[in-house]
Amino acid sequence: MSAALLVEAVVLRTERVAPDHYRLVLQAPEVARAARPGQFVMVRCGSAWDPLLRRPFSVAGVDREAGAVTLLFRVVGRGTALLAGTAPGDVLSLLGPLGRGFTLPQAAEAAAIIGGGMGLAPLLFLARELLARGCRVRVLAGARSRQYLFVPEPAPGCEVLVATEDGSAGRPGPVTALLPFVEPEVRRYYACGPREMLRAVAAEMKRRGLPGEVCLEERMACGVGACRGCVCRVLRGERATYATVCAEGPVFPAGEVCWE
Amino acid sequence: MRPRLRVKLGRLELKNPLVTASGTFGFGREYAGLVDLRRLGAVTVKSLTLRPRAGNPPPRIAETPAGMLNAIGLENPGVEWFLAEGLPFLRERGVPVIASIAGETPEEYAALAAVLDRAPGLAALEVNLSCPNVARGGLAFGGDPAAAAEVTRAVRKATGLPVIAKLSALVTDLVAVARAALEAGADVLSLINTLPGMAVDVDRRRPVLGNVFGGLSGPAIRPVAVRAVWQVYAALRCPIIGMGGIVTARDALEFALAGARAVAVGTAHFVNPRAAEEVLDGIERYLAERGVADFNELVGAAHGGG
Repeated sequence: MSAALLVEAVVLRTERVAPDHYRLVLQAPEVARAARPGQFVMVRCGSAWDPLLRRPFSVAGVDREAGAVTLLFRVVGRGTALLAGTAPGDVLSLLGPLGRGFTLPQAAEAAAIIGGGMGLAPLLFLARELLARGCRVRVLAGARSRQYLFVPEPAPGCEVLVATEDGSAGRPGPVTALLPFVEPEVRRYYACGPREMLRAVAAEMKRRGLPGEVCLEERMACGVGACRGCVCRVLRGERATYATVCAEGPVFPAGEVCWE
Repeated sequence: MRPRLRVKLGRLELKNPLVTASGTFGFGREYAGLVDLRRLGAVTVKSLTLRPRAGNPPPRIAETPAGMLNAIGLENPGVEWFLAEGLPFLRERGVPVIASIAGETPEEYAALAAVLDRAPGLAALEVNLSCPNVARGGLAFGGDPAAAAEVTRAVRKATGLPVIAKLSALVTDLVAVARAALEAGADVLSLINTLPGMAVDVDRRRPVLGNVFGGLSGPAIRPVAVRAVWQVYAALRCPIIGMGGIVTARDALEFALAGARAVAVGTAHFVNPRAAEEVLDGIERYLAERGVADFNELVGAAHGGG
């Protein structure tokens, strides 16, 4: 049974943060209170029935006192273009928080956060929650170019290493080039980004014997596990089966995902 | 005075004409925290098969103009799970349940009907004769009057429950298939299932869906569905559950006026989980504003001639 809420959220800010990239801040106090890192919301992009479906977005941050939810997105089609055109005071239908988020450690420990491109969105929220629990966080952040790098704000206990494909910031190359910088004292890792990146991260971490979780992305219709449209192949025990990214994920133990 | 909403479809009586379309509302539990299930006339659950079914490889969905394609492939946890968990959950919440069934042979449909016949609390069986996304069964039965009749007859023999035959509009002679299903013992017809379609990813130069083809649903197919209801009602005057792209009360009223005695909300749930409730509210308002005492007065009214 879903604990999700269906609310009317007021747009507080729509900011262009890079070419085709936007930050959307919504007034949705109940969602801000309930959301956990790794969970997502389904946003209706207008009031018409075309484009039809809601769009899923990871929660990139919450301000529980102000009752605000922050989303980061790239304009990839008609739905996201409509959202990019919203202005303060506009009202959007929000369904969420949805899905299974990241497992947070019980005690303060060292964690690695590995994100590529828009995959950094849920990890920004995660980094803040981990720091609030006294964890030490090393963030490995990758992007095409420096302008598309979304990294946590500087904070004690949080160290950010950067890689860009065009070499405009940090180490040139993919974020996986930074994996040797995950220190031995790190107890677990969290990753989100393109599937190929996640596959490479999971393989390397498996080799090192480090457990972790990955946040997956898939086309979705319902967002609550009803339509079975967003499945990915996972291992349950010995057996490979389909799991819904929306309800059984989007966060999965890295060892459960069938990467082929 | 509040307008009367109770409808009678053969032996199937519903407190109001709003039901959920199979495959769009899971087993009700997925939406239980968001929707007041007791308000619905009935919940039609996702199609059940004898054994659990894994479904098709992803991607399974694609958005299209005012609609979407799906190729889920009848993924479901199987009828045993439904009897142990799915059905009790809905019964506890006091909502009538319609079980949708699918098989690869008439014998499989009959076996499902026999198992479900003994289940307490089922309002009816809906025989899915029109799933476009499976290699065997589904549309292969619904596309042909003789095959549709054979499956319906097998189900009819295996159960005392009201039987609903869910048909596709993608047939040469829909009235012939509808008549065959009714003569074989169907009490009600569900019109229509999704329409076969496909989308091609022009960047990857490959089909979007893992299954290549999918079923088109949403507002895009509504005119096709309304036509199907009109045509079958005109020829057969039988009880019909109309569906296909209903997102508002006015859409549902189109179906009723064309001849549907009940209506199902489907894809709209993905956009608005409360769509069925809101359509029901809108129908009540329409009836009250126009001084129509009973929803049944609207059924088929667009055909004229009284």
